[in-house]
Amino acid sequence: MTKADLVDAIFEKLGLSKKEAQDIVEILFDTMKQTFAEGESIKISGFGTFNVRKKMARRGRNPKTGEDLEITPRRVITFRVSNQLKEEIEKLSA
Amino acid sequence: MTKSILIEKVAEKVEGLTRNQTEIVVDTVFDSIKKALMSGEKIEIRGFGNFRLKARKPRMARNPKTGESVEVPGKKVLYFKVGKALREAINTDQKP
Repeated sequence: MTKADLVDAIFEKLGLSKKEAQDIVEILFDTMKQTFAEGESIKISGFGTFNVRKKMARRGRNPKTGEDLEITPRRVITFRVSNQLKEEIEKLSA
Repeated sequence: MTKSILIEKVAEKVEGLTRNQTEIVVDTVFDSIKKALMSGEKIEIRGFGNFRLKARKPRMARNPKTGESVEVPGKKVLYFKVGKALREAINTDQKP
């Protein structure tokens, strides 16, 4: 499934043009992206939580060359599935 | 940020879209992702990330109280991989 399928789903649900549905999907993901860029997490109830976590600088090594290097401080996004969805997925694999 | 605040933010940005319609959009997006996942599909949102189910193998574990060996059955877990554009965005537009 790609963004195009999401656009189709919205197009069918609401009386919008394809172009409008497309723009809205872009705006939705852009808004989430901007929120993360500001360091804020997003919780979608019934789905999961996207957390923005800060990682400090640390020493690392290039596994290819064995060279020591500093891994720069960075932000990462971790996703935690909601309990509800987790249970649904577990039922699926049972 | 919660879903309702996300809905408000998106509604503000799209002219002519009501809050109710925006709510339908946001719900449709996450419901569609959920449905696709449940049918075993992988979801690729270019520039944002991918969602897919990963299989965890069954494994042997021990009951720490009794020392008894038990088999933990295999299961599926939801895995989100952050897209390249998003990973870069959170590391460049940083507010001081």
